[in-house]
Amino acid sequence: MPQSTQLGDSKAAEIKAVSIGKTFGAFHALRNLSLDIARGEFLTLLGPSGSGKTTFLMILAGFTAPTTGRLVMDGEDITDVPAEDRSYGMVFQGYALFPHLTVEQNIAFPLKVRGRSSADIKRKVGEMVARVGLSGHEKKLPAKLSGGQQQRVALARALVFEPSVLLLDEPFSALDKNLREMMQQEVKRLHQETGTTFVFVTHDQSEALALSSRVAIFNHGELLQVGKPQDVYERPGNRFVAEFLGEINLLPLDALRLEGDRAAGQFEERTIVLNRTMPMIGSDAVAAIRPEHMTIGTGQHSADRNAITCRVEGATYFGASTKYHLRTRTGTSLAVSMPTAATLLIAPQTDVWVSWPVHQGFLLPVGS
Amino acid sequence: MTGKWPTSRKILLLAPLLLFLGLAYVVPFLGVVRWSFTLPEPGLGQYHALFTDPLVQSVFFRTLRICLIVTAASLTMAYAIAYVWVRGSSVQRMLAEFCILVPFWISVLTRAFGWLAMLSNRGLINTWLQSAGIITEPLALARNEFGVIVGMTHFLIPFAVFPIASAMRSIDERVLLAARGMGASRTRIFWTVFVPLTYGGLIGAALIVFVFALGFFVTPAILGGGRSVMVAELVYLRIFQSPDWGLGAAISVVLVVFIGILLALMRRFIKPAHLVG
Repeated sequence: MPQSTQLGDSKAAEIKAVSIGKTFGAFHALRNLSLDIARGEFLTLLGPSGSGKTTFLMILAGFTAPTTGRLVMDGEDITDVPAEDRSYGMVFQGYALFPHLTVEQNIAFPLKVRGRSSADIKRKVGEMVARVGLSGHEKKLPAKLSGGQQQRVALARALVFEPSVLLLDEPFSALDKNLREMMQQEVKRLHQETGTTFVFVTHDQSEALALSSRVAIFNHGELLQVGKPQDVYERPGNRFVAEFLGEINLLPLDALRLEGDRAAGQFEERTIVLNRTMPMIGSDAVAAIRPEHMTIGTGQHSADRNAITCRVEGATYFGASTKYHLRTRTGTSLAVSMPTAATLLIAPQTDVWVSWPVHQGFLLPVGS
Repeated sequence: MTGKWPTSRKILLLAPLLLFLGLAYVVPFLGVVRWSFTLPEPGLGQYHALFTDPLVQSVFFRTLRICLIVTAASLTMAYAIAYVWVRGSSVQRMLAEFCILVPFWISVLTRAFGWLAMLSNRGLINTWLQSAGIITEPLALARNEFGVIVGMTHFLIPFAVFPIASAMRSIDERVLLAARGMGASRTRIFWTVFVPLTYGGLIGAALIVFVFALGFFVTPAILGGGRSVMVAELVYLRIFQSPDWGLGAAISVVLVVFIGILLALMRRFIKPAHLVG
C-alpha cells in the first residue's frame, strides 16, 4: 500500500475533475463533468435523486471508477488511486457507524488503521469527542445513541484523522427539522475550525444555500451551474436551476428587445424591464421573479419598479410570512411572499398591483 | 389477521403439535426419568455410576471431544461457504447454493455409507493413494474417530451455513465502505469489522451444530465401526443390547438436561429467525 506523505496532514486539498463520465450499461449517470473544487471550500452538490450527484461523490471517494475522465488532486492524478489510499473523511447517509464498537472505538478506528500510538489515539479521540459534544457517551454503542448523536460520531470519526477532504452524503436526511438545523450549524462550524475541503451532497436546496461557499447543481447526469449561493439563486443560468432552487414566478414576454444592460418585453400590454444576466438568443423569453421579491400594492409605483395587475385568489399563512396566490388577467398564476407584519390580510377576489424592483427580475429562455 | 385472534384461539392452533409432542415425547421421557431412579433398584445408584463408571466417562469425554472438533471444523468451512454464497459473483453463489443444498437433501444414512466408500481401507482414497504409489499400507481413515468427525462435519456444515449467512447478509455495505474510506486494508476490514459483525451468527451456528452433534447416532455407528462409541450409541447399547435400562435412562436424562441448558443459552444469544436465514 503506497503511503501518501499527506496522511494526517491537515492541509486541505484542491481537486480538479476533468471530463468525468460514468455509464452503467446504457445509462449515463454522469456526462462530461468538469469541476474545480477549491482548497478549503464548502462545495455542495445539489440535485434531485438520480441526477448524478451521489455518483460523483462516490467517484471522488474512490468507491466508483469513472468510465471516462481524470481526477487530479493537488496536481497529482488520483483517478486510479483506490479509496483506502485517498484517505478522505466520509460521512455516509445513515452514518455507517461500526455497530459493534463504542463511540470511542468508532472514532479511534481510522487512527488505529494509521498505526498511531495509543497515547496519541487517546488524546485525539478525547479532543474530538469534546469538540462534537459527546462527552459522557464515550463507552456507548451506536444503537444506544439518538440520531443526532450518531451523526456527531460519524462526523468525529471522519474528521479525527485530519483528512484533506471531507465528503458528506446526505448526512441530515434522517433528522427532524430542529435537529437538522442544529447539525447544519455544527457542520458549518467544523468546516471553519478545520479548514478542510468539504464536499456535501444534498437534494435540499435550502440546506445547500445555507451551508455552502459554492453550490453545484446537477440534473440528468449533467452539471448545470456552479456558483455562490447568492449567484445561483438570484442569477440562475437556466430554468431548471431557477425552479429547483426555490419557487419562482415565470411571466412570458413578447417583443423582447435589448437596451444596454437591460432587457425589456411586453406582458399583458405592460412593459417589463429586467436585468440582462445572460446572453439572449431569439426574441422569446420569460421573466423570472422570486415570490419574496414581489410586493402587493394599490397602484402607486416608482419608475424603477415593474408592475402588473392581478386578482388575489387566496393566502397561506406561514407565521413570519404570508404567501398570496394570485392570477394575472390572462390567467398566469403568481405567488407573492410578504412579511406578515407588512400587510393586513388581503381578501380573496381583490384586484391589486403586484410590483418588483427592476434589478430583481431576470430573463430565462422559454424552453429547457 | 393474526392480531384479531384472541390468545386462547392461537393456542388452539398449536394444540395438535403440543398434543403430539406431549404424547410422543414428554410422557415417554417421564417414563425414562422414572427408570433412571428406579432400575434396577430405587435410588441415585445409576447417577452415581454415571459419574464413576470409567466406560461411561470415556464415552462422555469422547463425545465431547468429537463434538467440539466437529463444531470447530463445521464452523470454519461453513464460514467460507457462507462468504462465497453471500458475497461471491452470481456463478459462485449458484455453486455455493448447490454445495449447500444437495447434501442437505440426501439422507444421513446414504451419506454415511458414501463416506465409508471413500474412506475405508479398500475405499476410493486408499485405493488411489496405493495405486499411485504414495502409500503401501492403507491409511486408517474410517472405523475410527477420524471417520466419525469427517462424516459428522459434512452432515452439519449446512446447518452452520444458514445462521452465518444470515448474519453476513444483514451487514450494512456502507459500514464496510466506511472502513475502506478510512484507509483500512481488506484483511483488517475482514477481521475487525466483518467477522465481529457475524459473531451472533457464529454463536448460533456453534450451538446448533454442537447440540445436533451430541445426539448423533447413525454416522458414528457406521463410520466409527463400534470403536468410537458416542453417547447416543451408548444409550442404544444399554437399552437394547443389555438389561441395564437404568444406566441408559440416566445417561439420556443427563444428555437432555445438558442440551436444554445449551438451548436456553442459545435463546439468550440469538433470535430464532436468524437460524433459518
